[in-house]
Amino acid sequence: MIEQLLNLLNIEIVKVILAAVIMVAVTLLHVAYLTYAERKIIARMQQRLGPNRVGPRGLLQPFADMLKLIFKEDVIPKAVDKPTFWVAPFISLVCAGAGVALIPIWKNFVLSNINVGLLFILALSGLGSYGILLAGWSSNSRYALLGGLREGAQVISYEIAMSLALLSVVLMAGSFNLGDIVNAQLNSPFKIYLIPQIIGFFVFMISAVAECNRTPFDLPEAEQELVAGYFTEYSGMRFALFYLAEYAGMIVMSALAVTCFLGGWAGPFDIPYIPFFWFFLKFYFILFCYIWIRATLPRYRYDQVMGLGWKILIPLGLANVFLTAIFKLIF
Amino acid sequence: MSLALEINKKQLNEDSWEEPYFINMGPQHPSTHGVLRLLLQLEGETIVGCDPIIGQLHRGVEKLAENLNYNQAIVLSDRLDYIASAANNIAFALAFEKLMGLKVPRRARLIRTIVCEMARICNHLLWLATHALDIGAMTVFLYCFRDREWLLNIFEKICGARLTHTYVRVGGVRLDFTQEIIDDLYKFTEEFPNRIPDYETLIDINRIWLKRTKNIAVVSAEEAINLGLTGPCLRGSGVPYDVRKFRPYDAYDEVEFIVPTGKNGDTYDRYRVRMEEMRQSNYIIKQCLDKLPETEGEPILAEGAPDLLMPKRLKEPKPMPVPKKGVVFRGADKPIVPVGEAFAAIESPKGELSVYVVSDGSSNPWRLRIRTPSFVHISAIPELTKGHMIADLVAIIGTLDIVLGDSDR
Repeated sequence: MIEQLLNLLNIEIVKVILAAVIMVAVTLLHVAYLTYAERKIIARMQQRLGPNRVGPRGLLQPFADMLKLIFKEDVIPKAVDKPTFWVAPFISLVCAGAGVALIPIWKNFVLSNINVGLLFILALSGLGSYGILLAGWSSNSRYALLGGLREGAQVISYEIAMSLALLSVVLMAGSFNLGDIVNAQLNSPFKIYLIPQIIGFFVFMISAVAECNRTPFDLPEAEQELVAGYFTEYSGMRFALFYLAEYAGMIVMSALAVTCFLGGWAGPFDIPYIPFFWFFLKFYFILFCYIWIRATLPRYRYDQVMGLGWKILIPLGLANVFLTAIFKLIF
Repeated sequence: MSLALEINKKQLNEDSWEEPYFINMGPQHPSTHGVLRLLLQLEGETIVGCDPIIGQLHRGVEKLAENLNYNQAIVLSDRLDYIASAANNIAFALAFEKLMGLKVPRRARLIRTIVCEMARICNHLLWLATHALDIGAMTVFLYCFRDREWLLNIFEKICGARLTHTYVRVGGVRLDFTQEIIDDLYKFTEEFPNRIPDYETLIDINRIWLKRTKNIAVVSAEEAINLGLTGPCLRGSGVPYDVRKFRPYDAYDEVEFIVPTGKNGDTYDRYRVRMEEMRQSNYIIKQCLDKLPETEGEPILAEGAPDLLMPKRLKEPKPMPVPKKGVVFRGADKPIVPVGEAFAAIESPKGELSVYVVSDGSSNPWRLRIRTPSFVHISAIPELTKGHMIADLVAIIGTLDIVLGDSDR
């Protein structure tokens, strides 16, 4: 009896570990090829070639970069606060990447199906900024400190707007569970929340770009102003971890946008044998938008970002919640 | 340094002591356009004090020129403002020609005007590229470089060099234009006006670009004159001063063009002025090209222009060869170049570039003094940055269009 229970437990544990490993591998591959895709797409937009030396069409470039960064010397300046300096990139990466576990890619195809999935992702993204703040602070460098400060300012202006945008989705769906949110969308027009929640989607997408510190909101690392911002003093693999975190953050935010606003796995019709087709189509489209924005827009100034967050996005988000609530009350 | 001392003194006298937040921007910084070092005092991100420190690229061009003959000194001028070296060549050559009393043939003057305007377009394209990149627009950067490449290829056909041309000689130019170059230039002048909207659509009505450039570093006309700003920075404030119009040199009196001016004197106006100047330059090139066939067959070097080559060392020193005008030949009996002084100013792409030369009759300048626009513009940075943020400082450095080779000499 006890043995049987243990066996059952073991199998469960093995399953979970296996799933987790697969998830990590898939996420890291996505991160690696997202960098490649970004370089290629931006190169095409800017009339360049992009990476084309390592492997066919430069397809092995991400691995070459990774190897290079791993074998680089990891310089730690004397004046840094070492424990914080060591741990900051990992906080960033873990918080940015862990959200993938909660995204339902297909009906019940989700690593951890918890009831407060949406809240959990918000919490993680909030925590992720600690990595950047601590990196900026512990580096004991003036540029890095300014980068960290900017991140702090940016987080308080965008987390709220993003939460408000997602709150109206929760109001519509009546659940924090991401799978339930997708299921609730099946009844709305085109099986997506985009049309009733157009304001929410707008607010969420801008906040998501800001959340990932991407152009035009890449203030914490603004290379033309602060050299490299919060990771000025980092080198080698630690430096790369911040990049991994940024791209993992993009992946999570895109997946969240697909799940909450674009109907997740649901599509206009079912594609046989390719269950993830619609999810990944939408997902890659949003990732492409991130890259597209980067190639097009200049950078905001620090105080203008705050102004945009507090004066435009948060009122819009609040109004959207209000409208959604009235909508819910009447119908 | 002076700023730091001043603040320290002030702090010591007060009871409450607050450490000012200094940041050392440069000399190795992505957007100080070279080796400019700025000592910033910040409050949060707002700049309270800014102290530019220059001299990291000092090569002693003025002193070096004293040991070279006149044609060789022109080689040094390439290294001043290396983005528009053709314009610098012309400034030097004009001063030397005035000194020697040479009359440049019309064909050479037309060719010089074309080359000078090509340099202006090159410079403005590079300026737009780096300015946009500083503000964060990456794509404009590469679009501009694409078109600049085109001009550099034409430069390569003209004189063999892409960046440091030394194309202009005292008394004319080094090589004549071939038909291929003229065809290339015609193609360029027809196509280039269509390229400018490419950049403008990306940034001109972009809300972020407007927010970042409007009302940033506003200079009134009076302030601009007091600060000694010249070129597009002065015209952006509404002063229609252009050396090409007021004291025409080369063939500028033959061509017609508009001097674009701004109204508010902010970063956005200076941007508009430069964009318009590129169109005007293109128009000038076109006019000069149309005039070029009239001068077919004319010499490209003035009569009596100094020889380019050093005299070969003769095996037997006597009999002494009669020195040619301007040739390096120390200890010559009579003056090779008239004794005296000359001054020439041109409208270089960055502002007014002037050269003052004193001759003692030998083959080398006795003293050469260069007034470069970048040096003056850097001195205006502390005034312009007051009260702005770090992000604006980067835009201000961009809008002043400085090159450190030009300022440090």
